[in-house]
Amino acid sequence: MKATHIAAALVLGAGLAGCGSTTPASAPAEQEGGGRGPITFLGGKFEAESVQKIVDAWNAAHPDEKATVVLLPESADEQRRKLIQSAQTKSDTGDVILIDAVWTSEFAANRWVDELKLDTTGFLPTTIETVKYRDKLYAMPLFTGTGLLYYRTDLVKEPPKTWDEMKRICADVLPGQKGMSCYAGQFDKYEGLTVNFAEAVSSAGGRLLDDAGKPQVTSEAAKQAARFLADGFTSGMIPKEAITYKEEEGRVAFQEGKLLFYRNWAYGYEAAQKTDGSSEVAGKFDVAPIPGLNGPGAGTLGGNNLAVSAFSKHEQTARDFVAFMTSAAQIKAFAQTSSMPVARTAIYEDPELVKKYPYLPALKEGILAAVPRPAAVRYGDVTAAIQESAYAIVTGDKPVDQALTELQSALGPLLT
Amino acid sequence: MWRRAGMIGIALYCLVPFYWMVVSSFRRTADIHDKSPLPAPWSLESYEAVFAEGMGFGRSLVNSLVVAGTTTAVTLLVGTMAAYALARLVFRGKNVILALVIAVSMFPGALLIVPLLKLFTTIGWINTYQAMIVPSMSFALPLTIWNLTTFFRQLPYELEQAAMIDGCTAFAAFRRVMLPLAAPGVFTTAILAFIATWNEFIIAVTMVNDQSRQTATVRIAQFTGAAKFDTPFGTQMAAGVLVTIPLVLLVLFFQRRIVAGLTAGALK
Amino acid sequence: MLSPTMVVLALVVFYPLVAAMRESFYESGQRLDADGFVVEGEWFAGLANYAGVVEQRFLNAALNTTLFTVVTVALEVVLGMAMALVMRRAFRGRAVLRASILIPWAVPTAVAGLMWKWIFQADGVANTLLGTDILWTADGPWAKLAVIVADTWKTAPFVGLLVLAGLQIIPSSVYEAAKVDGSTPWQTFWRITLPLVKPALLVAVLFRLMDALRIFDLPYVLVGPRKQSVETLSGLIWDEATRVHYGPASAYGTALFCYIAMITFVFVKLLGADLLSDVRSRGKEARDVA
Repeated sequence: MKATHIAAALVLGAGLAGCGSTTPASAPAEQEGGGRGPITFLGGKFEAESVQKIVDAWNAAHPDEKATVVLLPESADEQRRKLIQSAQTKSDTGDVILIDAVWTSEFAANRWVDELKLDTTGFLPTTIETVKYRDKLYAMPLFTGTGLLYYRTDLVKEPPKTWDEMKRICADVLPGQKGMSCYAGQFDKYEGLTVNFAEAVSSAGGRLLDDAGKPQVTSEAAKQAARFLADGFTSGMIPKEAITYKEEEGRVAFQEGKLLFYRNWAYGYEAAQKTDGSSEVAGKFDVAPIPGLNGPGAGTLGGNNLAVSAFSKHEQTARDFVAFMTSAAQIKAFAQTSSMPVARTAIYEDPELVKKYPYLPALKEGILAAVPRPAAVRYGDVTAAIQESAYAIVTGDKPVDQALTELQSALGPLLT
Repeated sequence: MWRRAGMIGIALYCLVPFYWMVVSSFRRTADIHDKSPLPAPWSLESYEAVFAEGMGFGRSLVNSLVVAGTTTAVTLLVGTMAAYALARLVFRGKNVILALVIAVSMFPGALLIVPLLKLFTTIGWINTYQAMIVPSMSFALPLTIWNLTTFFRQLPYELEQAAMIDGCTAFAAFRRVMLPLAAPGVFTTAILAFIATWNEFIIAVTMVNDQSRQTATVRIAQFTGAAKFDTPFGTQMAAGVLVTIPLVLLVLFFQRRIVAGLTAGALK
Repeated sequence: MLSPTMVVLALVVFYPLVAAMRESFYESGQRLDADGFVVEGEWFAGLANYAGVVEQRFLNAALNTTLFTVVTVALEVVLGMAMALVMRRAFRGRAVLRASILIPWAVPTAVAGLMWKWIFQADGVANTLLGTDILWTADGPWAKLAVIVADTWKTAPFVGLLVLAGLQIIPSSVYEAAKVDGSTPWQTFWRITLPLVKPALLVAVLFRLMDALRIFDLPYVLVGPRKQSVETLSGLIWDEATRVHYGPASAYGTALFCYIAMITFVFVKLLGADLLSDVRSRGKEARDVA
């Protein structure tokens, strides 16, 4: 590939002679056992302050191999674009990178991240599945999580277990509440929509893919799930603004008292609990497992893992840093200052932490039962196809059956 | 009466959206959604956030300055010579070259991205200033040549002829006689090229992924808020105002020249 | 004296053009080896990458691009013309007016995109003023309108300036003569102003056409990537390129290039906005003088 490019440049002749004569740098990083030295950690703004504390601890212990944190853009899709762009240009902008739990296959298959040899005991089993590609370890689990149903305790006695119950509660409560809508999740056209769609399907008892990895999106369960979302929008159960909601827009709406139920990750608990006037629902809400078609729903597994960039020049340091960040001691220190769920089992059984975050045991059950999104090598294309059809469903652009049939045939060739 | 109303209408049309950005940038994060015409209370919170450590905004302004400044300087150097040759010298293929320069200005930036990304990866230019400067010339250079060619044509011929009669070569005539005369035109073109490069987005966002090398327009679009999924509108507005200020100053001081430069290409 | 220019253009324009055209016939990064790793290298793909050109997503993007171009350029011409007519006679406050008219033009497009996104938020000032609760930045017809408003805001003043410059070279004696002949203002506009300002207007329109056909940052920042209602050809190319689909990206890029070239050619031929002929005649003058 490189050679043909130089050739193409040369063919262009005299005008480019100056450029063609530049030696083609063989950029790939040093091999196994490569160097030590300062590193950069490309992280999301996931609880940046608490993450910084771990990094500070590392820096104090390793003055010659200091780590600097650089934050990635907000949305998962933009983070992915940026990481892929770094990898494609073989640049060493990030030695350690924080990747979404669902990208591991894609990054491993493209040789953008290095294989790791680290101990994976003590982590929640579902999170371990997200760090492997073809049975080899390419990342370490850091954050995890699944969808939770935020609800108003001042208006709802018992959180709903099914979609029908939820609708019934709304029908009772909403007439007395001006400007309040029943339910919302994340329905803007981005990764969150894939999560919400997958969650609806699994909550209806279906799966996006069967055990053999074949798409199953025209199943009865998938249709029920799609109808729940499509009818939700047409009946007004879900407010129409929700098609612009990413996590934050919805969180703000919930905090302003505009939503009775809201599906979000655990991170939102802390902000909604704030009593500085930014949240109108502080002390008036709680979280519960998400509802489903015929009983409790099954959330989608979220989360982020730490990986070592294949283009790192200080790979050895990077590996040690990953081990350090995911060590039991550092994870516990992190959990004490942040409501962002982490991947180590011990955290969910720690009496002190359970007292601080009463939802932890329920969250653990949720995570263990959560369904991962399809771990495809071409995940970018898979999620784009799901977003395309799911967006047509929530906006009512296409009838449910047609959108799902199209999705079924679009996913086929991407999953082989 | 109508004229007056028209003038006020134009000013409002141009300024009101910009005004809203400025006003929003002076609100506190807590009341960013207020709709009052003036912030109450005024707050520099968003500006402090822009310059907070880790945002790298100050650095990105410097980067923008380096990239736009260098591009402008190099473009002028190269473009002035080309424009002079096109305006004054007689040679074969001149029209073809002019046609090419015009054709280049309609080249879609999106098409440039993939091949240059691959080329720069191979020669190790990713995350360097030159990876932004060189592609930026693809639009700055045609603009410069176009403007300056027009400008040189307006200058009287007799002067260089006199110089040539005195034994100057074409190049010396250009350097000693034409260039000083052309200074105002060159200056105007410099402002236009500078603004065009300062505002460039698609190249800068593609060629650089190292935060310490990003230009200001890219940095703003990638601002991350305090919470995980927070869109920091206040910070973005404040940064938007800061990025626009140098340009507004240029506009205020050199409006006459800018207008002259913008319209030069159109009138000939 | 031209060689530096040629070198620069060769590197940043002709090389990418040739490389992109070549790339559009190859596929890469889509095959896996037995261990599940992506196979490096590229394979000749024939016209496979161009298959997408007749598919719905490309056609939709082409339609959006064309719609934005036609509507915004038309609006900008009307508004720009009106602005120029007002400014022509303005004496008091002219400097202020000229400075303010340059502001939309000077604001970086990415910043303008953020600014309008803020204005068009669901709970933003646009909805408050209009008393509506329209979702401007969600996918849908309103998003199209939002992009059109933002683009027109940014570029109508530019057209206004170019037209103003054209107006100012019309000798006032022409208008005086028209007045003497008893021409109504409407007649004066259609019979005198418009024909005389046509050359300047056509150049302005041509510049804007070429620019509008490439539109990328505004819909990208204002509404977001991969939104059907506002996805333009440049947006589609950028999206494919950043998802490592270099082949299709290059194929679409080549198609866009041809489209722009075709529009420009037709425009120049039909309306006679002949930039080159003027250059040629000037060249001739130059030779005559020499």
